[in-house]
Amino acid sequence: MKALPVKKNFFTLGVFILIVLAVNGLAFLAIRFYSGLGAVTNLDNQTPWGLWIGVDVAAGVALAAGGFTSAALAHVLHRDSYHAIVRPALLTAMLGYTFVAFAVCIDIGRFYYIWHPLIMWNGNSALFEVGICVMIYMTVLYIEFLPIVTERFIGKVNLPGALAAFNKPAETVLKVLDKGLAKTMFVFIIAGVVLSTLHQSSLGTLMVIAGQKMHPLWQTPVLPLLFLLSAIAVGFPMIIFESLIASRSFKLKPEMKILSNLGSMTLPLLGIYLAFKLGDMFIRETFFYVSRFDYTAWMFIAETGLLLIAFLMLLSKKTSQTPGSLFTAASLVIAGVLLNRFNNFITAYRPFYDTVTYYPSIGEISVTIGCIALLVLIYRFVVIYFPVISHEK
Amino acid sequence: MDIIFYLILSSCNSRKFAPTKSLLHPRKSLIYCEHMNNLDRRNFLKTAAIGAASLTLGSASVKAADKTLSDDRIGILVDTTACAGCRHCEWACRTAHGLPAGELEDYSDNSVFKKYRRPDNNALTAVNEFENEKNPLMPVYVKTQCMHCEKPACVSACIVGALTKNEDGSVTWSDDKCIGCRYCMVACQFQIPTYEWHKSIDPHIMKCDLCAERRSKGQLPACVEICPNEALLFGKRSEVIKAAKNKIKRKPDTYINHIYGEHEVGGTSIMYISGEKFEKLKMPQLGTATAPGISEAIQHGIFAYFVPPVTLFALLGTMMWVTKWKKTNGNGDPKEDQPDDKDKKL
Repeated sequence: MKALPVKKNFFTLGVFILIVLAVNGLAFLAIRFYSGLGAVTNLDNQTPWGLWIGVDVAAGVALAAGGFTSAALAHVLHRDSYHAIVRPALLTAMLGYTFVAFAVCIDIGRFYYIWHPLIMWNGNSALFEVGICVMIYMTVLYIEFLPIVTERFIGKVNLPGALAAFNKPAETVLKVLDKGLAKTMFVFIIAGVVLSTLHQSSLGTLMVIAGQKMHPLWQTPVLPLLFLLSAIAVGFPMIIFESLIASRSFKLKPEMKILSNLGSMTLPLLGIYLAFKLGDMFIRETFFYVSRFDYTAWMFIAETGLLLIAFLMLLSKKTSQTPGSLFTAASLVIAGVLLNRFNNFITAYRPFYDTVTYYPSIGEISVTIGCIALLVLIYRFVVIYFPVISHEK
Repeated sequence: MDIIFYLILSSCNSRKFAPTKSLLHPRKSLIYCEHMNNLDRRNFLKTAAIGAASLTLGSASVKAADKTLSDDRIGILVDTTACAGCRHCEWACRTAHGLPAGELEDYSDNSVFKKYRRPDNNALTAVNEFENEKNPLMPVYVKTQCMHCEKPACVSACIVGALTKNEDGSVTWSDDKCIGCRYCMVACQFQIPTYEWHKSIDPHIMKCDLCAERRSKGQLPACVEICPNEALLFGKRSEVIKAAKNKIKRKPDTYINHIYGEHEVGGTSIMYISGEKFEKLKMPQLGTATAPGISEAIQHGIFAYFVPPVTLFALLGTMMWVTKWKKTNGNGDPKEDQPDDKDKKL
């Protein structure tokens, strides 16, 4: 089996629905850029960060973790049988981070100054670290993706009309690029893993500075570690999730052997995260807040419950064997981590002078859904035109 | 000008309190404001030099920041027992910052006190009314604005360093740097920075700048100058604390023995004394640890001179090499093989 472009039509009914959702999001985005953040969002001076930071950025980064966990498994640990999942995971990570960068662009008030952190540094700021790391990592992801582009075009360069004269030089450029990348790729692969561990954890440091404005169920000095561990735990479930969806959508045979192995590997990773999360709560004696059974407590119970159910499901070896139950377990982990990021940035943020309780506006939700729809559309486009998914011809 | 100062100081009303020359002479006490442009750079260099120490850079940089603060840095004491809730300071503040202020007479309307108000992008200070348990006929009024922390969380948090803790104690915002991410608003324990939500181009972070522009001309902050009740005492922070202690000592029945802001979040430039417990005046109960808390220590712990990231890189490189070598069973020279077609398949 080799990674090949998927021979399918781009347009289906589902694709049209996604296009409608994307256009709807873009319409709200136009208002945001014309009239400011206040016109579209429910944000105010008491709640400066909302859905776009909590879900689009924080959860987006976490769910793109499949890129570095699979790279570590297949390339650093040289488990060659997993090569089939590296490319789809890489594509998800690349698109995911592009989507994160886009979300940051729309959320920051002075979007035209997005380049400022490159030259204006504040080493004390966790956000600065996240910003720089995400920028570099995104570049690394694009470099890691380049060989897929060269593979697609080497020997097939066919420029139209008068440009045909450049066919040969273009071919040469691609070949040189391909060779150079092959020789140096290991540097980028390791750099990608290092950068990921750095900013996945720093994303957790972000909310530490909010101090007592953040609910004690989530506020802890070990937040960076919890963010890193949960990102590692969600990496493989994310690969399983999208691989199974892609197989169904393109009517391909799912790679169950690889996916069930990933499923069994998720068990200890998820266990480590849960042990640290619950252990930290035990040490800081915060279980008392759960017993209040208010809105915040229920959000916590939901988040932890989703992950615990997934953990219990994966304890049984049968779960990883069948596509249906594996898909359910993977979805539960993804939902749990997604809710965890939402909770950390939105539910837990209860400032002292909160006059109006924040809930995301229709505009914010539309933009988030629109962005996700756009992401899925681009993913579909890329796997149809580039050799990403491994399958029989 | 000196008359105003005399009035301000007379509110202390204490023979023991001997105001220093710099306090009586605003120009003199404010001279140092003019030669502190290089603070950013100095602060950075100092922090960098001290960074050589070790993982404890977090606490070290706190010391570095303290050193660059002038001993003559500004303090303002808000005496809530003296404030009559005239809200003239709100008018003066708006006028001084070019915000829509309206007529001064309109500010005598007391109905605004029905709702608790916070400073926002059109009002950098807000006065609120609270019930006085000792004397219901005399409500307590509390002015809210930026506290100008000694070690501000906003300055620590800002991604581009658009917020600066100046040598004179004030915390100011830079229009040229800010990217509008609003992390300062997340970080501030007093929830002070506000944002111009309805501007798409050039939205500002709005907060009290201790009237930087007025002070550069040798004038007092607008709120201090206009206050008719001597509720605001402006001077050196150290002198202001002395004055506050004196007031409390002289009238132990009027004041509770607590200067809010002397030690809260490592100290603030604006401090309060009151007859009521501060939690009843909706002042957040904060510890004495500096506002950025442990976030800087975590940040510098992870990065400590790039040692952990580089170590991780080396470790992963070794793992890559070893697993590769095991694969080839030690045959051939794995070092040369490393970037071979397996990685190319990526």
